[in-house]
Amino acid sequence: MFESLTQRLTQSFSFLRDKKELTADNIEEGLAEVRAALLEADVHFKVVQDFTAKVRTRALGERRIAGVDPSQQFIAAFHQELVELLGPKDARIDFAKNGPTIILMAGLQGAGKTTTCAKLGKYMREKFGRRPLLVAADVKRPAAVEQLQVLGKQIDVPVFHVPGLTPPELCLRGVAEARVKGCDLVILDTAGRLHIDQEMMEEVRAIARTVKPTATVLVVDAMTGQDAVSSAGAFNTALELTGVILTKLDGDARGGAAVSLKAVTGKPVLFTGVGEKIDDLDAFHVERMAGRILGMGDVVGLVEKAQSAISEKEAQASFEKMVLGDFTLEDMLGQLRMIRKLGPLKKVLGMMPGIGSQVGALDIDDKQMNRLEALFTSMTPRERLQPDILDMSRRRRVARGSGQEVGAVNDLLKRHREMKLLMKQMNKLGLAAQFGGKQKEAALKSMSGTGELASGGAGGGFLGGLGGLGKGIGNLFGGGGGAPAGMPPGGMSGLGGGGNPFGPRPMGSSATRKSGKKKKDKKRRR
Amino acid sequence: MGLLDRLKQRLTRTRSAISDGISGLFRGGRQIDEQLLGELEELLYTSDLGPLAATLVAELAREHKRGEIKGEEDVRARLRQMLLERVAQDTAEIRFEHKPTVILVVGVNGSGKTTSIAKLAHRFRQQGRSVLLGAGDTFRAAAADQLEIWASRNGASIVRGKPGSDPAAVAFDALEQGIARGVDVILIDTAGRLHTQKKLMDELGKLRRVIERRLPGAPHETWLVLDGTNGQNAIQQAKLFTSAVAVTGLIVAKLDGTARGGALLGIKQALGLPVRYIGTGEQLELLEVFEPEAFVSALLEPAS
Repeated sequence: MFESLTQRLTQSFSFLRDKKELTADNIEEGLAEVRAALLEADVHFKVVQDFTAKVRTRALGERRIAGVDPSQQFIAAFHQELVELLGPKDARIDFAKNGPTIILMAGLQGAGKTTTCAKLGKYMREKFGRRPLLVAADVKRPAAVEQLQVLGKQIDVPVFHVPGLTPPELCLRGVAEARVKGCDLVILDTAGRLHIDQEMMEEVRAIARTVKPTATVLVVDAMTGQDAVSSAGAFNTALELTGVILTKLDGDARGGAAVSLKAVTGKPVLFTGVGEKIDDLDAFHVERMAGRILGMGDVVGLVEKAQSAISEKEAQASFEKMVLGDFTLEDMLGQLRMIRKLGPLKKVLGMMPGIGSQVGALDIDDKQMNRLEALFTSMTPRERLQPDILDMSRRRRVARGSGQEVGAVNDLLKRHREMKLLMKQMNKLGLAAQFGGKQKEAALKSMSGTGELASGGAGGGFLGGLGGLGKGIGNLFGGGGGAPAGMPPGGMSGLGGGGNPFGPRPMGSSATRKSGKKKKDKKRRR
Repeated sequence: MGLLDRLKQRLTRTRSAISDGISGLFRGGRQIDEQLLGELEELLYTSDLGPLAATLVAELAREHKRGEIKGEEDVRARLRQMLLERVAQDTAEIRFEHKPTVILVVGVNGSGKTTSIAKLAHRFRQQGRSVLLGAGDTFRAAAADQLEIWASRNGASIVRGKPGSDPAAVAFDALEQGIARGVDVILIDTAGRLHTQKKLMDELGKLRRVIERRLPGAPHETWLVLDGTNGQNAIQQAKLFTSAVAVTGLIVAKLDGTARGGALLGIKQALGLPVRYIGTGEQLELLEVFEPEAFVSALLEPAS
């Protein structure tokens, strides 16, 4: 597994703590790490060279910000440079002013063109109210036409195909068909082709000449290696691309090809394919992609999700409760529900820095969440507010009510006690003060504002907030097999200015509890 | 393929051999120095060799310092040797010791599984064996149709299930029929899945168990199809697929472009899996037995 760049940089820059700032000498070690990380992410060799040179200039040119350690400042410079390279942020497909918008899709074999055509059609209909028509112009691969027809049926979008026509003819007739049917968007699915196959490249050029598409999109597999440069370059020369759709980003590929593509063709990524379902198409977010390539996780995405799902008041109230040490089962339930609002746990965890890439290997079951919630809801409000009154008789009732064993209730209560204790300790150590006053305000603000990544002081609070969520998941869920085992300590706090109040007990600590629960499960089955 | 095409292809190969990347580096009588080694590293990196590129060049630099490597010929020979050491393996072509020989084919989406199976079927049919295909990709729309078209072109038979049905059931049926008809080879296609999807990887484990239960000892081979244009992620794919279904060999598809599949070396280093075949074109015949020598030569060609 790729080691997170953040951790690696923090290690290699640890000697800098005593010194004052980055110098031409001590930056080289960090740059070597950057270079390795980019190459691991499959960014093209030449692009890496140019890029590290730029980062060197930027990092050395910036004054050291007080209170931010050099490695973080360095990563910030790196991140900004990457964002600039990947930008612009608002790349999109413009619709035609007159007549139907025609999008020509092209790419290598197996990049995911046919699936992406269907996804794009659905996306455009749902987000922009367009009436799409898909044209099946891949007459080369056996059953490619059938595949698009089946997908079209699934999303209820018409698919045009006439057997026996050449691809340019098909596309032209498809556009005419769209006018007749009153469709205002035509998506042309073409055969996969190699960029060095002159005959096939001429065919796609012929299509472009015949139908004059509004936009020409190259579909690229996120797992593509160094060769992305030669293939994308050739397609761009032949077709004048509008942009790129990066597919299969739901795997653990870091997608460095996106950087190479932008550097070589100057064409932005428009969308990303993030799953096997037809809904799994996302607009491209430069900051998230930069974070992914750096191995930092999709922090921005998580914050956005949190913003839309959790009201500021809820978040504030929850933090206040935690700080006051008055942490009841009611609060714990609130936290659980807050986390659940973010979506399936796997997706949420996948966006967290440091664990994103490990989530895939974990067996996270959202049913565990249901079981947990059932425990809470089988209690009376009074029991949730005063957990101490839960004697054996009450526990048995809760267990019966939730259809689980008493052991599960005890487990939950134990975890609640641990969490509560932790809150108290934090108070004593004054760690919680980070959540009080300015820091707390900052944390809450950045939860609702546009969480700019690692931007000076706010970064600390912002990640601290996330850390809170993370710990919440870890604690609520520790026994349920939810928190990833072996998450490197400090992974959550790696980026922010040490603002993670839960630093002393990283999420990974729940691993021991996880195994304990497993044993219990076995006993129950017997 | 027409005569002209064959000729063209041969010419391309010859041209590549002449403009060998290492010759390019030494053009104009350059001496070995840091800059030249840097360019060599770039050549290796752009072949998707990953961190191995740095390792190899560091070794060359050391040997140069000790005076063991002097000019172009030494570098070429040593590099070739080091790369060959890393891809060396016993004969790639499969031996048919069982009847039926059951081969399970797995891989990520779009890596070229179905096309590779069609090519394998063609190859085995050419060798005079009877072939049965199990259309285990019940997820992707029209995947079974695609396989059926290939099967009819090849003279292979096919067993397919309903869209969305259990792939293990399809595999079971394929084995039942294959054994009943006494076929030589059963090739089982599977739906493409990203190696990070735990549930789908577990499904492969189940598929394997069902096959084994029907015919002890089967599947005799489990091949992972890799997209030759993939970079360092291919290593991750190989690791996770191997741990889910005990992969026994690799097929590297799409090596007819400018990609050179250098990620293979990383996989070899990490897992030691043999490469069985490489896909070098869209025609059915274009599946070749993996030859380490030819592969290494291709790696050392310059980026186009």
